[in-house]
Amino acid sequence: MDTKRLVMVAVGGQGNLLASSVLAEAALLAGVPMGMSEIHGMAQRGGVVESALIFGNAQSTIISDGDADVLMGFEPAETLRALSKCNSRSVVITNLAPLMPFTVNIGQGVYPDLKKLQELIRAKTARLIAFNATTLAREAGNVLSVNMVLLGALTQTGVLPLTAEHVKTAMRRKTKPAFLDANLKAFEMGVAAAQTA
Amino acid sequence: MHKLLTNQPGERMLLLGNEAIARGAIEAGVAFTSTYPGTPSSELSLNFFQISKESDLYFEYSTNEKVSVEVAAAAAACGVRSMAMMKHVGLNVAADSLMTLAYVGVKGGMVILTADDPAMFSSQNEQDNRYYAKLSGLPMLEPSTVDEARAIVAYAFDLSEKLQEPVLLRTTTRINHSSGAVTLGEIRPRRTKGSFTKDPLNLVPVPAVARRLHVKLLQNLAKARELSEQSAFNIVEGRGRWGILCNGVSYNYVKDAVAELNIAGEVTILRIGFSHPLPVRMIQNFLKGCEKVLVVEEGEPYLEESAKTYAQEAGLTLPIRGKAPDLFSQLYEYDPAMVRKHIAACFGLAYTPPAQVDLSDVPPLPQRPPTLCAGCSHRATYYEVRKAAEGLDTVFPSDIGCYTLGLLPPLSMADYLLCMGSSTGTVGGFSKACDRKVISFIGDSTFFHSGIPGLINAVFNNHDLTLVILDNGITAMTGHQPNPAVDMAQLKLEGYGRVSIEAVVRAIGVPHVTVIKPYKVKKSIDAIKEAVAFKGVSVIISQELCVLYANSLKLPRRKPFRVSDKCRNHRDCMDRLACPAFYVWEDRIKIDANLCTGCALCAQVCPENAILPVKDAAKKG
Repeated sequence: MDTKRLVMVAVGGQGNLLASSVLAEAALLAGVPMGMSEIHGMAQRGGVVESALIFGNAQSTIISDGDADVLMGFEPAETLRALSKCNSRSVVITNLAPLMPFTVNIGQGVYPDLKKLQELIRAKTARLIAFNATTLAREAGNVLSVNMVLLGALTQTGVLPLTAEHVKTAMRRKTKPAFLDANLKAFEMGVAAAQTA
Repeated sequence: MHKLLTNQPGERMLLLGNEAIARGAIEAGVAFTSTYPGTPSSELSLNFFQISKESDLYFEYSTNEKVSVEVAAAAAACGVRSMAMMKHVGLNVAADSLMTLAYVGVKGGMVILTADDPAMFSSQNEQDNRYYAKLSGLPMLEPSTVDEARAIVAYAFDLSEKLQEPVLLRTTTRINHSSGAVTLGEIRPRRTKGSFTKDPLNLVPVPAVARRLHVKLLQNLAKARELSEQSAFNIVEGRGRWGILCNGVSYNYVKDAVAELNIAGEVTILRIGFSHPLPVRMIQNFLKGCEKVLVVEEGEPYLEESAKTYAQEAGLTLPIRGKAPDLFSQLYEYDPAMVRKHIAACFGLAYTPPAQVDLSDVPPLPQRPPTLCAGCSHRATYYEVRKAAEGLDTVFPSDIGCYTLGLLPPLSMADYLLCMGSSTGTVGGFSKACDRKVISFIGDSTFFHSGIPGLINAVFNNHDLTLVILDNGITAMTGHQPNPAVDMAQLKLEGYGRVSIEAVVRAIGVPHVTVIKPYKVKKSIDAIKEAVAFKGVSVIISQELCVLYANSLKLPRRKPFRVSDKCRNHRDCMDRLACPAFYVWEDRIKIDANLCTGCALCAQVCPENAILPVKDAAKKG
């Protein structure tokens, strides 16, 4: 089996860890060996949360610079920050809704221009899927389902050895029943967004 | 039922490394568990805490790592299988007990887990705790994967009982915080009560006894070395002329690199899982079969230096490489591409690393460091101390906890830090050695952990200083673990005592003690001014529950605030407090009502009184 490497980056509280656990469950259902690691020490304090998910017959649970097949960012500046994980064949998926770091608010640093950000990523990688996942999540009925929108987009790319059915079954097992309908809707909206992006 | 109590051997379950270790201990029949929380070990004890509520497993949050080792050692002296767990620097705190526990030994199996943190994701140093095994003479085991982490724990308990001494289990962050599929094993029954047989001539190490116990420890070390030679956790793979000696997660990177470089036929891998005492003959045999050896180990050259010694003893002159300017470093963690590159370089293989994207035209990105939460009471206390000390030349020693995040601007309230509890000692040194006002900060849990002796020292030696105890009612940084000042009834838990910080401080004889409520800004500033002006030791206890903890307790929430039209854009709120609930919209400060916790700090700081509570349900920003 081909090894596929996914890096996910988010700001603490965006639901990155739940997305990882859904994908891990989907891999278990699909019979795909998988390992992952997460750095989430200070996630609740507004820091960056990074997950590495490796599908297939690799033993490592972290991903080196240049080794990611897919980079999925929950926040545009964080996607750009993690671009070192990519190579020219990588697929990049990013939410386009910024979460302003407090450093920008107190005048330390400038938030990147979103148009320029997309141009940069598109020029350096095989494919960029960029859209406002936060708006779609809100339309789906739960603004917190940004993670499920992005999982939809990720599944649409077909890079990982997981079908939409695997992921949706995993969502049923791993997400709260009260949010399931909104989550499934969010997932489908993510699939559609990736098709047109 | 807790998922780690699932009694279905053979079932596959996706577990976090820390969960797998806890499961391994449960399978081994651990009955007594203790900890002081510390990343990356914290989820391990959280699972034991939860399991202890629904079973006869004993678990405690001890005041510090030394105490956690001591309670667990006594349990093991009674024949009860015990486990103490901590982060790597925690073992420094427990080291005094550990060194002599190695002499005194145990009856029941005892495992001490040390969770090392290469790359310092959440630590103040990246010390390599394999040297504690060497220093104490105790056996050490190290898993490479999550599944192996489960299996190695049962082996550790059996080994401990066989040798009648504690066993050190060393992990690194990438074991603790990785997840993988684990195959469940059988759960052995727990024996929660043991018996203690008096035997002072073996258990009380006065010099005459200790001299004999050291002989026994060395005999044990020889026995342990034979067990290491036979251990299934020291593995040889392949029969090639190039040798790779490795341990822990580095083994995974080696395996992937060997597959990707397609050199399996050329390589012999020796993976060390029983890392103290090392299997000398096994390593020498491995070296004899190789033309050249590369040692792949994060941290210090522990295996490398040993291998070189053993080679010398066996009269072998093959090159053994590891730490070198052109190869591996003692710094930070390793990764698969780094290991691939160095294996190729060491054995002269042609290798082109994957083409990374060119980042030269990516603009500098704004940093996103972790920060104090919206509404965090530490922000209020820091602002008030800064205000109260205006005009004074101050030094602010700090300590370990969420409040260390106050080092960043605009708060800039941390000037010096060593380790847990260091603030109460360093503050006295600064007060004597420089003519500046010294105000230090320590959290509630850290105060109990190791801050109290420093405060006693300050009173005894009559230092001139102010200590601010930031009492937010919980051990917040590591994920809301209880500490001795916590009201356990709030957590609906019975059978606990409670220690008042104020009573402890007064009992020590601190001449000036003030308790403040940091959300009352003016009153707090006045009280702090008075404490700071006091000549001698003054203590301020700033009491306010951690906002995240208060939310988890479902306490009533305060109304959020908004910036009204009265705002003249002074930006004192943003420039002095930088609460994450603020944002800038069309050059004006706004407050995100979903983040604002209603602490009202900014409302009291605003010179125009322009920040007002949100009245209507629409939560206008």
